[in-house]
Amino acid sequence: MKITEKDVRYVADLANLKLTDAEIAGLAKDLDDILTHMDALNELDTSNVEPMAQVLFDNEETATLREDQQRPCLSNEAALAAAPLAGNGYYKVPKVIER
Amino acid sequence: MSALASSVASLTIPQLRQGLEQRRFSAVELAQSALEFAQAENPKTNAYLHFCPERALAAAERVDRQLAAGEDPGPLAGVPIAVKDVIVTEGVRTTCGSRLLERYVPPYDATAVRRMEQAGGIILGKTNCDEFAMGSSNENSAFGPVRNPAALDRVPGGSSGGSAAAVAQGMAVVALGSDTGGSVRQPASFCGVVGVTPTYGRVSRYGLVAFASSLDHIGPFGRTVRDAALLLQTIAGRDECDATSAFAPVPDYVAQLDGNVAGRRIGLPREYFEGLASETGDLVMRGVELLKKLGCEVREISLPATRFAVPCYYIIATAEASSNLARYDGVRYTTRATADTLSDLYRATRGAGFGAECKRRIMLGTYVLSHGYYDAYYLKAQKVRALIAEDFRKAFTEVDAIVTPVSPSPAFKIGEKIDDPLEMYLSDIYTITGDLAGIPCMSVPCGKTAADLPVGMQILTRHFDETGMFRLADAFEKAGGFTG
Repeated sequence: MKITEKDVRYVADLANLKLTDAEIAGLAKDLDDILTHMDALNELDTSNVEPMAQVLFDNEETATLREDQQRPCLSNEAALAAAPLAGNGYYKVPKVIER
Repeated sequence: MSALASSVASLTIPQLRQGLEQRRFSAVELAQSALEFAQAENPKTNAYLHFCPERALAAAERVDRQLAAGEDPGPLAGVPIAVKDVIVTEGVRTTCGSRLLERYVPPYDATAVRRMEQAGGIILGKTNCDEFAMGSSNENSAFGPVRNPAALDRVPGGSSGGSAAAVAQGMAVVALGSDTGGSVRQPASFCGVVGVTPTYGRVSRYGLVAFASSLDHIGPFGRTVRDAALLLQTIAGRDECDATSAFAPVPDYVAQLDGNVAGRRIGLPREYFEGLASETGDLVMRGVELLKKLGCEVREISLPATRFAVPCYYIIATAEASSNLARYDGVRYTTRATADTLSDLYRATRGAGFGAECKRRIMLGTYVLSHGYYDAYYLKAQKVRALIAEDFRKAFTEVDAIVTPVSPSPAFKIGEKIDDPLEMYLSDIYTITGDLAGIPCMSVPCGKTAADLPVGMQILTRHFDETGMFRLADAFEKAGGFTG
């Protein structure tokens, strides 16, 4: 076993996912199967291969830049319209800093 | 149901155009009929999640006004279109097939959506898909699976299963899907329609809800190659809202559908024809014979890194997904679980909101990016990706196009593979390579099995050679009559 339930709990914590015990047991098995399959990559010698981070970009580095001009954008109201809780033009969340 | 409503199911874009110009029907009549037909038919397959009749009729009225004024309403004038529900539409709910976004109404339009409407297109509604486009069967939608119109007990493929089914069932003339590892081509193949994944960067992803950003594409579905090419033509091209969209000029694809494919060099990669279901293999080989009759030169080639594609893809795609899906944390997007602390709010919202496959991929992606594993998995996969892309680069010095199956087998039964995620991932083998390399690829119907299940043939060409790809597919379609 590459992946134990303890590993799953650790990764779920990193991913901000609350999981049930049943989900944790199931994921330990699934991730173990999948990661074992992924070990096939180690058969390939890639010591002289450059990693491919993006597909293609044939233009100069500055090609996507534009003049920094003011232009219309979403209103505060529109941007917050989907918020589960908003107020005074901001997203509202439970208190983070204790006074 | 009106005669127009039932004929919408089989019309093509040029036929619609002719009908509008000859005043046989107005764009509004057409939109009403198309909506009437789609709403009546939809319960059979669950392809649409919701319709947007007000928006459709407003767009149709614009087209009618332009026609009355003698103006050109654009190449998609009056064309009924379905849009996968991972592509945002201003004022029209966009759920991504997820409980988390069940009530999300975006404040803007995706560039592809905007361009279609500017070209006179009529968006009828939003189509079902696997949650956040993660899946190969459309069974991972929070709003129920889609049924394959060709066989209602089978999956339509995924993740753009709703868009493929809508076009196959005649509930839209063309549709938009998205493809990260085969999510346009595989459902196109399963449902018997044309599905296109253009070159990476060819279509702006502004407004496509991100899954794996180095792999995501928007792509068109149609019942004919010409319709799919025309739709791509309309949405392709540089968009300053997407820095990854390509500057390359967009050729007139449709004008070059001249049927002249004699002398085209076609490569058959031997790695793709091993381990195929026999009927699928036979049908694709029958398609290859037809290409030979059209004058193509067919030769065997090798893409040796193919067998590493599945692990490579599922490392890169899940890593990027785990990052892209971090934003659904209960703060900005409609759904929030009750919790006392911010940290618990994130965790509870995500734990309750995401379905099983999204959780699996977020976990896998987080694992392969985590401290101590990054080099072994993510960096390694990026290097293997370079080898896969290099295989294609070399192959395209010898051939002009590559022809392969789309999927190892035709549409499977609903529920058949849902308990074995690895098995499901392995069935993506023939489609993920094109996404990893970023080259254009498409599925074109190439016949049906004895059980009457559609099978697609995949055509892949060089970066930005959609023209060559469409020309080949169009000649094939006309010679074989396999579409429909």
